[in-house]
Amino acid sequence: MRRILLLLALVGVLLVPMVGNNYIIRLTTIMMLYCVLALSWNFIGGLTGYPSFATAAFFGLGAYAGAICQGQGIPMYLAWILGALMAAVFAAGLGLAILRLRGHYFAIASLVVADVLREVVNSATKLTGGGMGFNLPVLKMGIDTQTKLFYYLMFILAILTVVSAAYVNRHRLGFGLRCIKQNEDAANMIGINATIYKTVAFTLSAVFVGWAGAFYASWVNYIEPGDVFDILFSVKPIIMVLLGRAGTISGPIIGAVIFLFMEELVWRNFLTFHAGVLGLIVVALIFYLPDGVLALNFRRLLAWRRN
Amino acid sequence: MLIAQILVNGLVLGGLYACIAVGFSLVWGVLNVINLLHGSFIVIGSYAAYFAYIHLGIHPFLSVPIAAAILFVIGYSFQAGFINRVVAAPVLTTLTLTFGLELFVNNLLIIAFKADYRKVTLENPLGVLTLAGITVPVDRLAAMVMALLLTGLLFWVLNASRVGRAIVAVRMDREAAALMGVKVKKIYALTFGIGAVMAGAAGSLISLIYPISPLNSITFLGKAFVICVLGGLGSVLGAMVGGLTLGVLESFGALAFGPEHAVTLSFITLILFLLFRPTGIMGKKGYE
Repeated sequence: MRRILLLLALVGVLLVPMVGNNYIIRLTTIMMLYCVLALSWNFIGGLTGYPSFATAAFFGLGAYAGAICQGQGIPMYLAWILGALMAAVFAAGLGLAILRLRGHYFAIASLVVADVLREVVNSATKLTGGGMGFNLPVLKMGIDTQTKLFYYLMFILAILTVVSAAYVNRHRLGFGLRCIKQNEDAANMIGINATIYKTVAFTLSAVFVGWAGAFYASWVNYIEPGDVFDILFSVKPIIMVLLGRAGTISGPIIGAVIFLFMEELVWRNFLTFHAGVLGLIVVALIFYLPDGVLALNFRRLLAWRRN
Repeated sequence: MLIAQILVNGLVLGGLYACIAVGFSLVWGVLNVINLLHGSFIVIGSYAAYFAYIHLGIHPFLSVPIAAAILFVIGYSFQAGFINRVVAAPVLTTLTLTFGLELFVNNLLIIAFKADYRKVTLENPLGVLTLAGITVPVDRLAAMVMALLLTGLLFWVLNASRVGRAIVAVRMDREAAALMGVKVKKIYALTFGIGAVMAGAAGSLISLIYPISPLNSITFLGKAFVICVLGGLGSVLGAMVGGLTLGVLESFGALAFGPEHAVTLSFITLILFLLFRPTGIMGKKGYE
């Protein structure tokens, strides 16, 4: 049953560019981007239990690395890989340093990284264009072909992320990370090298995000520091994961889909107050759905409605 | 002489920073909640002072009690209504909740007051004081003294009053305090209220110096983070030391690297402190 559903969803997503208009295609591309961000955060936040706010840092870093590479004449696909690598190497180094912190201290340390990077990019005017932003070379192809090409490329990245998440979830690494979440000292005691495991999880949470950032830069053709280092890139994935269910594979995906729909709905209907409504939704989520939609018992919910 | 002037500038700024951070530090230390609303609370305090001056002609120094009272009501009700329900939850839950509330409140502020930058411009400024070649605007100096006095008042309340002792007791050991008859939930709400009061007071004092806009809330929040980590968490003295240190650091940093790197410098200091001295300058054990 679950496999059939999964297959249907996959076929549905693959068919979108053939039946949908450009708005639908764009929306589904963003949906897949959100899936990548949510699943990536899930490595460190959901599985390992470290409240990382560094997603925006990795996203922006990937975006700028990819953009600068492309500006130097490196082909787009290679630039994306380089963006992913850049984010991964940065995350590994950063992780070794700040993963020793726990709780609030880790959260704050990871939160300010994006700010520091934003200021660095802002001041390195020669390389990045600073606050003026960075224009990427325009691709020589029609708008429609471009839209579809980027759609399928995003699809490939999303599949890659899902497969890695599923692999980690089932294997030794995922088991170790869950142990660390429950009790880090005990995990260390039974022979899990917590430092290495956490750093690997942090790196995994960066590599696909960096790729997505580089992708985003090519996709929108123009980036600026305030856009790609936006704190919301750190917070949205967390909300998506909480919305679905933390520590699972399907949870972040479902959360990302629901979040996109809510976001689009709110944007359309509350143009000047969308951040406020989003805030209210977050508050309601914390109070009424603390374990996510996957934790809901639908049979019980139906029975409760009938009574 | 330049060095002395910059040192004085830094200290004047630092006194205000102490007042900005002390409420944030108190809430973090006692409730173990990072209150992302703190920046918006400061902005609300600034607006209270601004409108009191524009419409009623009340000097920002005198509108401190008004701003404080407004913020106490807001803070107390936010705590009793929302945050008390998740106060024992994991870090991520409380952070996400206060982030959601901050999105809501900040958006309300933007709609109510627009994102324009405003400033309180006094009709009769107190002029400048020049002493041994060092020049300080008297308004700023007075604001700093007021800020330090208020911070000192909080120190006194925590150490000498019954409520203050109860707050400190809850910070040390929640269960033991409950067994001694302290109503923990009430103390939490009160602590949050006091944190908001300090934010409101700081807001009305800095309305003389900083431009006022809802967009500034994130700046104040960032400063509060850095000050708490620099000085050490959850003590009034720590916030004071942290605030003065940050003020001096920013002033000299502006001289050495240029003012545009002030934020980068303070955040890098924050990360270095977290890595090498997470207990802060004062060296008390922080709360995880």
